[in-house]
Amino acid sequence: MFAAEVAETTIPWLYENVWLIPALPAASFVLILLFGKRMPFKGAEVGITAVLAAFVLAVLTTFTWIGDVESAAAHGDDNGEEHSDDADHADDADHADDEDEHGLIIGDGESAASDSLLAATAAAEGGHSTTPTGDRIVTDVRWFESGGVEVPIGTLVDGQAVMLLFVVTLISSLVHIFSTDYVNGDRRYTHYFAFLSLFTASMLFMVLSSSTLQLIVGWELVGVCSFALIGHWWEEKPNSDAALKAFLTNRVGDIGLLVGMSILYFGAGRTFDIVEINTKAAAGEISQSSLMWASIALMAAVMSKSGQFILHTWLPDAMAGPTPVSALIHAATMVVAGVYMIGRLYPVFWEGLSIYGSDINLMAFIGGLTTVGGGLLAFVQRDIKKVLAYSTVSQLGYMVLALGVGAYTAGMFHLFTHAFFKACLFLGAGSVSHACHHSFDMKADMGGLRKHMPITFWTFIIGSAALAGIPPLAGFWSKDEILVGAGVWPGTGGVGTYYIPFIFGMITAALTAAYMTRTVWLTFFGEYRGHDHPHESGPRITGPLVILASMAVVVGFLNMPSGFVKTFGLPEGIAHRFQTWVEPANVPSFLSHDLNGFEHAKPSLSLALVATGLALAAAFLVYRYYSALYKRDPMASEYTDGLRSKNSLAAAAYNVLENKYYLDHLYSGIITGGVKGPLARAANWTNQNILDGVVNLFGWVSVRVGRFVYRFIDQGVVDGTVNASGRSASTSGQFLRGMQSGQIRQYATLMFAAATILVAVFIVAI
Amino acid sequence: MFLNQFLLFAAVLFCIGVYGVLTRKNGVLVLMSIELILNSVNINLVAFAAYTGDIGGQVFALFIIAVAAAEVGVGLAIVLLIYRNRRSIDVAEANLLKG
Repeated sequence: MFAAEVAETTIPWLYENVWLIPALPAASFVLILLFGKRMPFKGAEVGITAVLAAFVLAVLTTFTWIGDVESAAAHGDDNGEEHSDDADHADDADHADDEDEHGLIIGDGESAASDSLLAATAAAEGGHSTTPTGDRIVTDVRWFESGGVEVPIGTLVDGQAVMLLFVVTLISSLVHIFSTDYVNGDRRYTHYFAFLSLFTASMLFMVLSSSTLQLIVGWELVGVCSFALIGHWWEEKPNSDAALKAFLTNRVGDIGLLVGMSILYFGAGRTFDIVEINTKAAAGEISQSSLMWASIALMAAVMSKSGQFILHTWLPDAMAGPTPVSALIHAATMVVAGVYMIGRLYPVFWEGLSIYGSDINLMAFIGGLTTVGGGLLAFVQRDIKKVLAYSTVSQLGYMVLALGVGAYTAGMFHLFTHAFFKACLFLGAGSVSHACHHSFDMKADMGGLRKHMPITFWTFIIGSAALAGIPPLAGFWSKDEILVGAGVWPGTGGVGTYYIPFIFGMITAALTAAYMTRTVWLTFFGEYRGHDHPHESGPRITGPLVILASMAVVVGFLNMPSGFVKTFGLPEGIAHRFQTWVEPANVPSFLSHDLNGFEHAKPSLSLALVATGLALAAAFLVYRYYSALYKRDPMASEYTDGLRSKNSLAAAAYNVLENKYYLDHLYSGIITGGVKGPLARAANWTNQNILDGVVNLFGWVSVRVGRFVYRFIDQGVVDGTVNASGRSASTSGQFLRGMQSGQIRQYATLMFAAATILVAVFIVAI
Repeated sequence: MFLNQFLLFAAVLFCIGVYGVLTRKNGVLVLMSIELILNSVNINLVAFAAYTGDIGGQVFALFIIAVAAAEVGVGLAIVLLIYRNRRSIDVAEANLLKG
């Protein structure tokens, strides 16, 4: 049946069998768990083989997808009128006529029609069905049926899914290879690789899910795996605490996920189908209030999983896990799940979170708050991984901000580029700690590593520069697109005008450069402050670093603005490739309800220059600050008598006047000391006192209520009922036990006597 | 057709079987009495089958014979185990289920 369908339709084999990609690591999980310990490399070889095979499949899928999209875009001019779609998606079809570039339809109109016919027959047979839905390929089989509602399980292949398939499998492969050296000799080495496989499989499963129910399953699986891996070294209390914290914080959001998905299920007319929900939400067929409540509930899930302010607190603690796991969590498999879900159900989030009666979207503000809050907190960390963790929080805020301002492609593009340089930075931090006797303390145990570990140093520098948005590295392109998308800068256009998120975005651009400079300086410059001699890591560690660093250099060029391409005389065709490949056809249609009115925001050279200038200036100031420190004391990692020991700006200013030595550093001192000390501490204080206070208050109240309930309701009413029923059962049992003599013949006598009586009654009655 | 004679014979056999089950203390004899009861039912079935010309009753009789064989197998095994444990097959002594 499979073969017949492949032969008769135009759908490539890969699209239909894309389920193999998550299935491979899942199979490897089972294999490692059962036989891993007896294998020559303790199961690592199985995991690596499976993930590499999945990576190869993902690359093939990616190229097939790109080929299809490109050929559809090329044919778009000739038969624009023939772009047909499923009858249900008339909205999309209209739009496809308007915007040829987005009419990413597999095959031409006729074959699409025959496809749906075939799919319909297949569905009627109750088997396997493949539906080309506009630009997406949905392959569904029936999972179960309950109360007349059929729940399908299947794969949904579109640009977004293909993009993440590529990212997840690539980073997971590199993390697997990195881990063979990094956790070598660990007592639970096999267990570690088993869960790494399952983690990858769950994320891939979630990425490919075609129904919301399936999405929930994948989402929860990811949560469980993160719990297992963060708590990998659970013998130490802080580690198991961190694992629990991650799991429980995520549970809070998961409730939102369940509630939101249930609302969507009923709101969209009893369907779990993601494509159908999206189509209905975009066409305005779901009521505004159910969309709003659903998206608010789902936003809670996003906030917990993707570390948005105020549920981000588990993310830094999750650093207790092994470093490759952190890389996997932060770059590919865990925290981007939330952002991915926003993209997946973008019409729902976009329509639902629009503040009523205006063009302003709530997501932009949540993202804006997160991006600055996370960036500030990154300043006060001593632990290199925690800096990176807060920077992830900040960058995830960027992504949500982008999605909030309607820059869908920018958000997804930042997710894409961020994955590479953040994985590079985390693995770099792992390499550094490998050299420094498994310490992550930048101030006590690092410094001067530039000379000892050149490969790690250069890859880390590239990762940091990409993160800080220095051109021409990857982060620059995606960050620039987000800032452009906010639509504030003159001449950029965009969906709305978002002043506050834009300002937050600019502040973060500077902050990111500043704290990454601080991190790089403390780790790689100055003198080595640890003990013994650090050494460069082996090829299994540096190899992935080099690959990731080179990806961080090149992936940004996938989405160059057309103006840039023209300026440098490059072929026109290579501009905006990422946008063409990833953006679904119906995104512009609901971003602006006027179908003809939508245009992507236009990049602006002046904005790019200003943002880059801000980042460079911030980096330079921090560099000056630390190089001055180095001149005074090569071994120091902070000014012991500096401004940061004073709490208020006034005292700091007084101190500066009093101390002539600080005159040279007046500027840098006020910016770095003034900004990073009190403000970051204030953010930390808010975190500790206000947020935790609310949580504690809830705890206190629930303890009181619980005591009351225990004393009166539980002890009095509930236990009373239970005891009474127990007592009556025991009394009647005492009475009845007399009949149980244990004599088989007595039972037989009773039985025959009863039978005789029954027969007698029967005869008399008839 | 002598249906009555067969039914009377079966009824007598049934009563003997019930009497044996109720009065005998020996486990093996109890099992044998149960066989009598089952066979009396078989006679009824075969007699009615011959009387009505329907083969179904004989099929049932065959089934009952097969089931009875299995039942005796299990029953004798239980008796054997009781004997091993208590050195006696007196069913009156086996009263562990007394309430």
